[in-house]
Amino acid sequence: MVTLAPVSTEAVLAVLETVHDPEIPTVSIVDLGLVHDVRVDDGRITIELLPTFVACPALEVIRADVIATLGGLGRPVDVSFTFALPWTTDRLTEAGRSGLRRAGIAPPAAPADVLCPFCESRDIAMDSLFGPALCRSLFYCRACRQPFEAFKPI
Amino acid sequence: MTDFAAFEPLAIDFTGAGDGRVRALALLLLTMADDEFVIGFSDSEWTGIGPILEEDVAISSLAQDELGHAQALYGLLTDTVADGRDADAWAYDRPPEGYLHARLLDHHRGDWAATIARRYLYDTADSARLEAVASSSHRPLAELVAKIRREERYHLMHVQTWIERLADAGGESRARLLAALEAMGPDAGTVLAPLPGEPSLLRHGIIAEPFATMEARWRDGVGATFRRLGLPDLPPTSDPAHARSGHSDAFRALHAELTMVRRSEVGATW
Repeated sequence: MVTLAPVSTEAVLAVLETVHDPEIPTVSIVDLGLVHDVRVDDGRITIELLPTFVACPALEVIRADVIATLGGLGRPVDVSFTFALPWTTDRLTEAGRSGLRRAGIAPPAAPADVLCPFCESRDIAMDSLFGPALCRSLFYCRACRQPFEAFKPI
Repeated sequence: MTDFAAFEPLAIDFTGAGDGRVRALALLLLTMADDEFVIGFSDSEWTGIGPILEEDVAISSLAQDELGHAQALYGLLTDTVADGRDADAWAYDRPPEGYLHARLLDHHRGDWAATIARRYLYDTADSARLEAVASSSHRPLAELVAKIRREERYHLMHVQTWIERLADAGGESRARLLAALEAMGPDAGTVLAPLPGEPSLLRHGIIAEPFATMEARWRDGVGATFRRLGLPDLPPTSDPAHARSGHSDAFRALHAELTMVRRSEVGATW
């Protein structure tokens, strides 16, 4: 019989750093601020995540990715979503914000403070409050003449 | 339970679901979920045919939000009633008369002005209701509503912009808006019509104030906007005792559509 070494919550978090938002591959779910709670009890790993938007269609993909990725630790994994705390864009880390820029998405800010993620110009205009995903608005940069998306502050 | 005498015309039987508190909570959750589900599904019909690209995207986002809110509320209902039905069963497996959405949402989505008028009336009324459950003693509801209200801020910005745009544009835009408000005005207050079980909801702190107080606050806000835009005052609610029953042919057609896939292969999973 093989006895598995104990797993620390830090080790679980380190693995979660490698799970990325399915639509934004440059941002991990940790840097997105999705991870609400990590517990390891009797070898069982329990993860609680905060949905960014109630209707976000990526939630089930994220759940499956977390279970598959943590599978490498050889422990049963439970993943649930909770509204115990509302997810807000303040939960994004600095690494998360720069990851958004790398994906061509302006990090969340008041409309007057949004910068073009490509050329950092302030010469921009909001085209639409609503974008291709629930979490994003549409902008246009007059300086580099690029349309771009910005994460909605919420 | 005299509180619940008026349940009968609603074609919903929560008598097995527990005490008065549980039954009143279940009815509140079901009405909120059905409102979000019906307006969400109805507005999603604009996807692909919105008047301009940005609005096609906007109304699709709004509709998706509402369907997500409905799914989460049906989930809370599932935990409350615990009769084996899951969120999908609540959403899809009831006959048309078993839905408890407000009569305002029985109207067909109509033209763009009608869709905006209905969204404006519904979102502002829903906002008054969400405020009244934000500090609910039912923790899962208070937590979900804290999240929903952050999303609904965007809905309110959208409808506020559009109601002003249509009212100020004059001509055909304003005429169509006026026609829509005239048709829907008497049904607007149905969203906040008192529910059977209201005394229990108040006694247990599930809602913070009576529906009449929510409605008065909502009418003050809408009234101020309408006066500024020169729109006629909203009339009182017609037939408030049947605010959520006796659904229209437009809803029956919508129901046939929204249950079509579910009915085509009973028990199928995705």
